[in-house]
Amino acid sequence: MFVVLRNPKREIELSGPKNVEALLARLEIVPESVIVIRNDELVTRDARLVDSDRVEIRPVTSGGA
Amino acid sequence: MRCRRCKADAIIDLRRHNAAFCRDCFVHHCHEQVRRAIHDYEMIEPGARVLVAVSGGKDSLALWHILRELGYEADGLYLGLGIGTYSDESGDFARAFAQRFDLTLHEIDLPADLGFDIPEGARTVRRSPCGVCGLSKRHLFNQAASTHGYDIVATGHNLDDEAAVLFGNTLRWDDEYLARQFPVLPATDGFVRKVKPLVRVGEREMAAYCVVLGIDYILEECPMAVGNRHLAYKELLNSLEERSPGAKAAFLFNFLDRAHERFADAAVVDKDDLLRCTICGSPTPGEVCAFCRLQARACAAPDSVPVTLRGAAS
Repeated sequence: MFVVLRNPKREIELSGPKNVEALLARLEIVPESVIVIRNDELVTRDARLVDSDRVEIRPVTSGGA
Repeated sequence: MRCRRCKADAIIDLRRHNAAFCRDCFVHHCHEQVRRAIHDYEMIEPGARVLVAVSGGKDSLALWHILRELGYEADGLYLGLGIGTYSDESGDFARAFAQRFDLTLHEIDLPADLGFDIPEGARTVRRSPCGVCGLSKRHLFNQAASTHGYDIVATGHNLDDEAAVLFGNTLRWDDEYLARQFPVLPATDGFVRKVKPLVRVGEREMAAYCVVLGIDYILEECPMAVGNRHLAYKELLNSLEERSPGAKAAFLFNFLDRAHERFADAAVVDKDDLLRCTICGSPTPGEVCAFCRLQARACAAPDSVPVTLRGAAS
């Protein structure tokens, strides 16, 4: 699957993770700090993934206070 | 996962609420959380004129959208900070949002209207860019609201922001800041009321709200904020939240409900004793307010600070 990461924006190709939670664990990303968009649809952490998916992992943390 | 309300396929899980929601129920959830915050903390009366501090980011645009959906009269004010392409793009998102929903967006541009930008100001006074940015925003939003007849300034500070600020204040046991940390700061002479209607929703919720409603916002982080303490506190709290869902909300709301009042006596400045800044007329404990001192040092030839609103989008 193609995975889009941000800050800085980059794209990587991965295979293997069967769902969003496993993908985030593989990339060592804390789920609470991101939303995940699969093929333009927001998905929950148990959503199943296949290798043809395009997945964006979008950080939600902003630095202003 | 299934939606807690209607059992349709969920699009987001919120472990803090032990719930997941479909698109429509999630939007309803966000509106209800903001409605409850406004009610519980008596933030906005019917008919009040609200000025939303708009940055072009997810929180302020979502806040503006929700306030309008809930029926409040809310205009926006975008403050151009002069932080290179980041500010250019942020302004574009704010203007596009206002145009799409036919809303009134006012603008102040720090470099064009006040003669300095945030990086320059921070270098000149040898303070952190975030400190100079915060000072400028507090001053200019308050002054613009006072001058142009708005009753309330609403900011997009969310549950994560407030928990991270509380974490920092508690680490230092900064009782003066703890005394001031509350979702509503009441109006006093020269200060309009400040409210934080997103205090009950997290950053994930606001990012998701924008995605499901097709609200485009700036995705890049402010280059001035990279590596700041606030982000480090959020990382720590998010790790804690993963292990203990609800920890951030418990930390913040138990403070607000049970501990905040204990710091009431620590507020150092009595707002009734403030003077008027001899340059801009804003309330200040000294002769010249902190913002005008900043501007005077950052500009070669400081002028007075008449805040004019311009560029309304509708």
